[in-house]
Amino acid sequence: MTAEQNILRVNQLQISATEQVSGQPSRRIVIVEDISFDLKRGQVLGLIGESGAGKSTIGLASMAYGRGGCEITGGEVWLDGIDVLKATPAEVSKLRGVTVAYVAQSAAASFNPAHRLGEQVIEAALQHGLMGRAEAAEFAIDLFNRLGLPHPEDFGNRYPHQVSGGQLQRAMTAMAMCCRPQLIVFDEPTTALDVTTQISVLASIKQVIRESNTAALYITHDLAVVAQIADEIMVLRNGRMIEHGSTDQIINHPRDEYTRSLVSTHASEWAEAGDSDHEPVLVASNITAAYDKTNLVLQDVSVELHAGQTLSIVGESGSGKSTLARVITGLLPPLEGDVSLHGKLLPPKLKHRNKEQLRVMQMIYQMPDVAMNPRHTVSTIIGRPLEFYFGISGDERRSKVIDLLRKIELGEEFYDRYPAELSGGQKQRVCIARALAANPELIICDEVTSALDSLVADGILNLLMELQEESNVAYLFITHDLATVRAISDTIAVMYQGRLVRYGKKSTVLEPPYDDYTELLLSSVPAMEIGWLERVLESRGELSN
Amino acid sequence: MTATATTVKISAFTRFVAMLSPGARVAAVVLLLLLAAALLAPWIAPYGENEIVGEFWESFSARSWLGTDQLGRDLLTRLIYGAQNTFLIAGTATLLSFTMGGFLGFIAAVSGGAVDSLLSRLNDMMMAIPTLIFALVILSVMPSSLIVLILVMGVLDSTRVFRLSRAVAVDIAVFDFVEAARLRGERTFWIISREILPNALSPLFAEFGLRFAFAVLFLSTLSFLGLGIQPPEADWGNMVRDNRDGIIYGIPAALIPAAAIAMLTISINLIVDSVISRTSSLKGGRDA
Repeated sequence: MTAEQNILRVNQLQISATEQVSGQPSRRIVIVEDISFDLKRGQVLGLIGESGAGKSTIGLASMAYGRGGCEITGGEVWLDGIDVLKATPAEVSKLRGVTVAYVAQSAAASFNPAHRLGEQVIEAALQHGLMGRAEAAEFAIDLFNRLGLPHPEDFGNRYPHQVSGGQLQRAMTAMAMCCRPQLIVFDEPTTALDVTTQISVLASIKQVIRESNTAALYITHDLAVVAQIADEIMVLRNGRMIEHGSTDQIINHPRDEYTRSLVSTHASEWAEAGDSDHEPVLVASNITAAYDKTNLVLQDVSVELHAGQTLSIVGESGSGKSTLARVITGLLPPLEGDVSLHGKLLPPKLKHRNKEQLRVMQMIYQMPDVAMNPRHTVSTIIGRPLEFYFGISGDERRSKVIDLLRKIELGEEFYDRYPAELSGGQKQRVCIARALAANPELIICDEVTSALDSLVADGILNLLMELQEESNVAYLFITHDLATVRAISDTIAVMYQGRLVRYGKKSTVLEPPYDDYTELLLSSVPAMEIGWLERVLESRGELSN
Repeated sequence: MTATATTVKISAFTRFVAMLSPGARVAAVVLLLLLAAALLAPWIAPYGENEIVGEFWESFSARSWLGTDQLGRDLLTRLIYGAQNTFLIAGTATLLSFTMGGFLGFIAAVSGGAVDSLLSRLNDMMMAIPTLIFALVILSVMPSSLIVLILVMGVLDSTRVFRLSRAVAVDIAVFDFVEAARLRGERTFWIISREILPNALSPLFAEFGLRFAFAVLFLSTLSFLGLGIQPPEADWGNMVRDNRDGIIYGIPAALIPAAAIAMLTISINLIVDSVISRTSSLKGGRDA
């Protein structure tokens, strides 16, 4: 058990943050406590947990870095035989980049848009004097090749905006690999990617880790993803270790209650509604739309939605699903086609619609943080639609707002709170209450659960389904998450590059035979089992051969 | 009801004071003293505004603490009355420029499209003309009155406020909560006053302090050139002009009103800097 055997040895790590409330003396709060693990060459440890679990903080601490007022206040971090907490700044700076490298979640925000990718990939190697320019450039091309990037010789000459999100994430992995580090910290490297892209990036990362025999810390909130890549998994919650074991043990025989709940999320599934004889609430027919009249974002899309049912629009980023919502709400008048509500044509432009037409159609957004005015209290946020559409004010408004708060399972004590005083899930609940306040017949939910942790997201989905049963409201549910689609939909529309590729009842859309794209999409969703990645790649290899 | 309202006000005030840096607290005291002097001028000034109390350019004495000016009037008295004019004119002009520039800037940002282009290009046109020359031309043609002076200063300054408030509002208008208000069917005025304005207040407040300081300097410049406050009324700017010849003879009378202008602008800047550094983010809630 000497430090030489382990690339990284973390012992009883404690990290504190300084909390500053204006007008009060600053306080120290411990955000990570008693974390210990060893990491050997070629070994991958997955750190998993919800937001706020401290996984990124631990990842950065292993590089002797504390961000935003965080400070390592206890324990030891040994990196390649050096105690990094006692090392001088010069030693630490040498460790970073050479011994340990970091791959961030958002590659788009991590590359300088003004420089070519190749320059940025080899920058650290040149900076630390590890290689000459020619040698480094050659090594970068080798890395691009191994990461499966197109035209590896020429790839480095491109600028960040000229490559796709998945390619950028792989370029960032190349940047981390360029100094041949002993340890790489991956911080949610595939979270911002579409499932179909995620699978190839995962495969690339797994391959280069194995080939170069480095150790890796893989931080993610997605247990199914980490199961494909890690040898061991550590489950974290609120900065404490919940469970640490081999991947097999965590996935197949979780010991802790919390781990079990993570493994079994999305257990609930609602049955599909039968055919409705009534006239549909919403019909969008032959919609063609564009932002600049030349590039069509939507082409000939037709969907319809019945009262009390859920239509899921599923697709990758750029497939046009949010644009469809903009057309339906009137924010973007379509070039062709029209939208009708209860059989009556809706004016294409928002400003030509009347109050009643606006009232029946409400919207819930992806990011509850920016969907609510930070300067309004919950009572104003929920109360305004009551006042605006129904002219309710005073005590009646107060009691109605409190009723709505009870409906979304929050109590009267939230009445005077500001959005900043709510958690992510609570914020989204308030947004739901704001939509409900208008007593709508249709709610458009734009990726409403994708910014939330899986357990919280499940709570939101449960609430939405209960409300649907109560009030017979219809949902137009826009999402990229197939597990959610499977759970809640009655009808599913699969979109790809602005067209509907598959549309129908859930039972038919999710059953074979599939079209090529739906097949690709469905098979790309990580399954909570070891070896899934290899199996999928193998079967795809067979297909292409 | 009144009791709760007062406690809310008091706690808001203590929070504001707690937010200020030590330098800004000193500056706030200076500003309050100057304001009190301006408001209470007739009662606290030792002499009448235009009363001749002794020889011209007398030095500091027990009779007139800061000496006398080029006509033998008490400098302290003139400073106190000058503060009145400076605060009234610069303050009203700044208020005017903020109401006008801010409102138009918000309208441009929220409406977008043709309205935005029209307002922005008109504003650019106004800004293309050097402010001082524009003011000199208008003030020498128009009859000299307080209202014209305030209007000219306010309108010219509103072009800067327009730019800032438009830029701030454009950033806020892209948030989903503004889209949600649009989808609800809210009118532009409601969106401006309830969704945009509360979130734009801290940068605008900071700018208000700066523009007020500029207005004081601008008024002083105009008075110095003879187009601002007309004699015999006191104003810090024309006090500098009237007494500047004394400097040649080693008489500091011009430096005293100049120091008052410097003190006022520095105080405002200190407070504004402190406020900006604490409220630059759009996090909302109670403390922001």
